[in-house]
Amino acid sequence: MSKIFARTWLIMVYLFLYLPIVTLVIYSFNDSPLVSIWSQASLRWYSALANDRDLIASVVLSFKIALMVGLLSVLFGTLTAFVLSKYKRFYGRTFFFSMATAPLVMPDVIVGLSLLLMLVSLQHWLGFPERGLLTILLGHALLGTAYAAVVVSSRLKEMDVRLDEAAMDLGCKPRQVFRFITFPLIMPSLISAFLLTFTLSFDDVVLASFLSGPGYSTLPMVIFSRARLGLNPSINAVAAVTIAVVSVAVIVSSIYHVRTQRKRDHEIAMRYSDGSQ
Amino acid sequence: MEWSGLGSVGSISAFWSQLVVIINHFKKLLSGKSLLISLPYLWLILLVAIPLLIVLKISLSDMGPTSVTDVLSWSQGWPTIKINFSSYLFLASDQLYIDTYLSSIKYALLTTLICLVVGFPFAYFMARAPKYLQPMLLMLIMLPFWTSFLLRIYAWKTLLVSNGIINNALLSLGVINQPLAIMNNSFSLVLGMVYSYLPFMILPLYANLSKLDLRFLEAAADLGANAFKTFWLVTVPLSKAGIIAGSMLVFIPAVGEYVIPELLGGSDTLMIGRVLWDEFFANNDWPMASAVAVVMMLLILLPMSLLSRYQSEQAESKL
Repeated sequence: MSKIFARTWLIMVYLFLYLPIVTLVIYSFNDSPLVSIWSQASLRWYSALANDRDLIASVVLSFKIALMVGLLSVLFGTLTAFVLSKYKRFYGRTFFFSMATAPLVMPDVIVGLSLLLMLVSLQHWLGFPERGLLTILLGHALLGTAYAAVVVSSRLKEMDVRLDEAAMDLGCKPRQVFRFITFPLIMPSLISAFLLTFTLSFDDVVLASFLSGPGYSTLPMVIFSRARLGLNPSINAVAAVTIAVVSVAVIVSSIYHVRTQRKRDHEIAMRYSDGSQ
Repeated sequence: MEWSGLGSVGSISAFWSQLVVIINHFKKLLSGKSLLISLPYLWLILLVAIPLLIVLKISLSDMGPTSVTDVLSWSQGWPTIKINFSSYLFLASDQLYIDTYLSSIKYALLTTLICLVVGFPFAYFMARAPKYLQPMLLMLIMLPFWTSFLLRIYAWKTLLVSNGIINNALLSLGVINQPLAIMNNSFSLVLGMVYSYLPFMILPLYANLSKLDLRFLEAAADLGANAFKTFWLVTVPLSKAGIIAGSMLVFIPAVGEYVIPELLGGSDTLMIGRVLWDEFFANNDWPMASAVAVVMMLLILLPMSLLSRYQSEQAESKL
């Protein structure tokens, strides 16, 4: 009885989570210009997508920004995580910690407003930067740094300190310890931090709207402005394409993950059997 | 010789050795630890601390006829500070702002409560599911994260509008005679927020409940507690940390949410994130928008200090 109840509860919540995603995809094949009324199956909105210049330009811009955001966030996020996990005592550590966590808990509208006001004063004093790609990049990279720091530091926390110590005992300089021990061990978390921050950037509409200038519309900004005006079948097609790309990426990465895990287990097993001989 | 002006050779070498000491000092500052710390430190100061200070500064300045008058100005070579509380006074006196803050908190609390009621059993059952199924169940919760948040909210719009998919289905089935009013009101707003933030509630709860020692529950049963009593007196107190973390992760972003109220809310569902946006983009009133932001931050600091009290050890060991 309780088992049936548990199962029903799980299934209902999953249905709730996936219902909108599934309907988006199904209705992207709907021929009717009225989004919610099914007429017949067609690929009409997909071909419209291919000719939608604004949308394609925005995808290219979003992709460029997200790529750079991923790299910048991993760089600064790793530095932040490294400093916080390695140095337990330095001047202003609490302040540093609160600054690193603030973007995670502040609403997007506040982050966007504060960054915009800072950039406006910067432009007032220095004459640059012009609002556009660079300013969106800075905003997303700030958010990304905070998220990447959390991802990387949870990995650093799991790491065995004795490995570092062993390397140093064997004569490694700090730089070499990082290069040959720490870096390979945190590599998976760097990849997941990159993917996470890439997605964050590719998905954000609030920060981008605050920080962008004329002529720089990211994909979420275009989608948002169309969705605000009403229902638009072209958005369904965009959604279906995004979901397809994401699903393929998730499936490929989980297969890769399982394979490397298996390979590693196999290698460890081999080593053990070698040692026992 | 011109050198003589500098004194003897001895003082030159003394000067030189002093210089070397200073240079070494700087080298030490720039090497290793200090450089490693200062790089992310400066990055965060530039992008977090300075922007927030500027918001505070602008919230205390006056909106002039064309531009914002600066708090700090120079008159006759002296810095003059002119603080203007008019934005805050207006905020405190205008019923609309007060109502908006209150209704933001109301909707965020309602969202948190529903997420907890739906998410707690879910996380509990997930943690009790067969071990081999759990990674897949977890992945299914995370998967929607990777598809655009905006598109998922838009999807609800296509489902909920009066000639939308849900209403059409119910009408054709004959369940209802006229479309349900489930769009652009508080129902659709809370539904959208619950939908978006439910995973934030489930994940910390699951992390917590999957570590729950089942022997506690057995002990409670052995001592004669019924299922409800065991749940209420053992499971819930033991998962307190997860409940608090999940609630904060839902409540804090929900208070300042902009996209969901804009797409799914109605004209009467007041949310403070939307007011801030309009002050800035529609009214161009920067001091007012900044003051709204400062008060919003103060509102968030209160539950956050609660969170940090319960989580400081966990978070510190994490970062």
